[in-house]
Amino acid sequence: MAVPDSVAASRPTTTSPKTPAATTNRRRPDAAYWLYLLPGALLFLLVIGGPLVYTGYLSLTRWSGVGEPSFIGLENYRTLLTDDVFWTSFRNTVAMIVAMVVVPTLVGLVLAAVLFDTIGRRFRPRTAAALRAAFYLPQVLPVVVAGIVWGWILRPDGALNGLLDAIGLGALSHDWLGDPGTALPVVMAVMIWVQIGYPVVVFMAALERVNPELYEAAEIDGAGWWRRFRAITLAQIRPETFVVGLTCTIAAMKVFGPIYALTRGGPENATNVPSYFAYFTFFKRLNVGYGSAISMVLTLIIVVVAVLFIRAQNRAERRDGAL
Amino acid sequence: MAVTLATPPRVTRRPADRHRRGVGRWIVLALVGAAALVMLVPFAFMLLNAFKSPGDYSTNGPLSWPTEFYTTGLRTYWEQVDFPVKLWNSMVISGSVAVLAVLVSLLSAYALGIGRVRGRLWIIGLFLLANMLPQEALIYPLYHFAKEVGLYNTRLAVIIIFTVIQAAFGTYLLASVLGTFPRTLLEAAALDGAGRWRILWRVVLPNIRPTISVLLVFFFIWTWNEFLIPLVMLIDNQTQTVPVALASLQGDRLMDAPTTNAGSLLSLLPAILFFLVFQRTLARGITAGADK
Repeated sequence: MAVPDSVAASRPTTTSPKTPAATTNRRRPDAAYWLYLLPGALLFLLVIGGPLVYTGYLSLTRWSGVGEPSFIGLENYRTLLTDDVFWTSFRNTVAMIVAMVVVPTLVGLVLAAVLFDTIGRRFRPRTAAALRAAFYLPQVLPVVVAGIVWGWILRPDGALNGLLDAIGLGALSHDWLGDPGTALPVVMAVMIWVQIGYPVVVFMAALERVNPELYEAAEIDGAGWWRRFRAITLAQIRPETFVVGLTCTIAAMKVFGPIYALTRGGPENATNVPSYFAYFTFFKRLNVGYGSAISMVLTLIIVVVAVLFIRAQNRAERRDGAL
Repeated sequence: MAVTLATPPRVTRRPADRHRRGVGRWIVLALVGAAALVMLVPFAFMLLNAFKSPGDYSTNGPLSWPTEFYTTGLRTYWEQVDFPVKLWNSMVISGSVAVLAVLVSLLSAYALGIGRVRGRLWIIGLFLLANMLPQEALIYPLYHFAKEVGLYNTRLAVIIIFTVIQAAFGTYLLASVLGTFPRTLLEAAALDGAGRWRILWRVVLPNIRPTISVLLVFFFIWTWNEFLIPLVMLIDNQTQTVPVALASLQGDRLMDAPTTNAGSLLSLLPAILFFLVFQRTLARGITAGADK
């Protein structure tokens, strides 16, 4: 497809004696370039393709990890449909999407706009950069380490209860992660803390791209902050919003480390998520077939969501192009 | 509308400037500043409690100022988990993965972005899929296979796995970068008699060095922070990484609060140092990723 392109492009620049050689050289570049794809392709098959197919096969078996897997067809999937833990874990995924995508993206949009439009332009840019770094800091930490710090803060003898005692609200102190009623909301709050910096940084980077004259002109026209935010900020950073939405949704559906560090899915599965459920089924319950079925369902959902996202993005881009 | 008003006379801009001096901006700054401080509170708590003795913690609680500068907790954690070994493991794994994954993605992206091999959109889609997959969908076969070939509980197993996972993203990003590589540069080199191999190293690589450095930093950090696969693959004190060591100690439920904090502090430090050193590269990388 690109071959005629490059030949056509080279024609005006090359002198006639060289053209035939150059043309035959570039006529069949595919074969040679395939060699460069070889290491990546082999590793891909070894580490991703093969294992994924094998997990797909294992999801059709009953296997404890030793001996031979015995083929049972769709049995595992049928069991999944009536498994309360499975449904709970997927309901919790929705909570994770709220905590890791919806809230951070909305708050991140406002924060990025305020940092860029108000603080960045009315104070020194360094002020905005320092604030941005504070929001981004949790993103660079190993998420498990963040989970362990928060796990301690939320313990019965941790800092949160200490704080409540200190300000006279000791009556509210609580085993935050140990109570099925509060565990999920608290985990969600931690995830918001972890995630918030990512959209802030991406959106601020996107806003650097926007012509500042747009803002100045709008301001002179008398557009208030809200109008500027809607008409300029939101419109200009739509592509980044899609990227943030897609990457964070996938991260939310795959979330494992923080759950492992904070609650291990408990209490009473209140914070269980598909990833942890699969891990637990593989390595603690030694039910490899069932764990594989959970993983395959999760994989399928992620792929569907990603495809829908990318489709929506393409459609939005086309619509923008048409306007 | 924007363009015509873009260079307004000084006179019209002055009032707007004066308007900017209002109290409103200070209120906004105070609000955002307070929010940023809230973000940092957990770090402050951790710092405060990393230097307390367990007795001090149990009598005075998590909010008090330490009664003495107690470093035994840090030292205990350091020795108990053999921290230098964990640090070295994390560095070896993340460093090797960063370099190897960049190499593999550069080769693949060269074929896809510049060689434009047939079916490249499908191939790129496949690589992208590899990056989106939940690792649970791979972990059991990888675990089983690693045991069969004797790579279980070795750093090499983790290095190979993450090289592929990171390279999947790297291939996607570099292929789109190389897709817009100036053709004239390639043609000029080809006319000078350079083969594909030489063109890759002498023409393509020097021109995309900034993207490569961003990828190196990202792969390093991502691999450093990974948890599930190291947790499953590395069970030994001699092979574990920093996050896994901290988490597995927590699992014992033996850790008192000050040691938890000391251990967390030690485990955060490398990440924060790295963040401070590479802040610019990170910011640049996020833009590169978002621009596609």
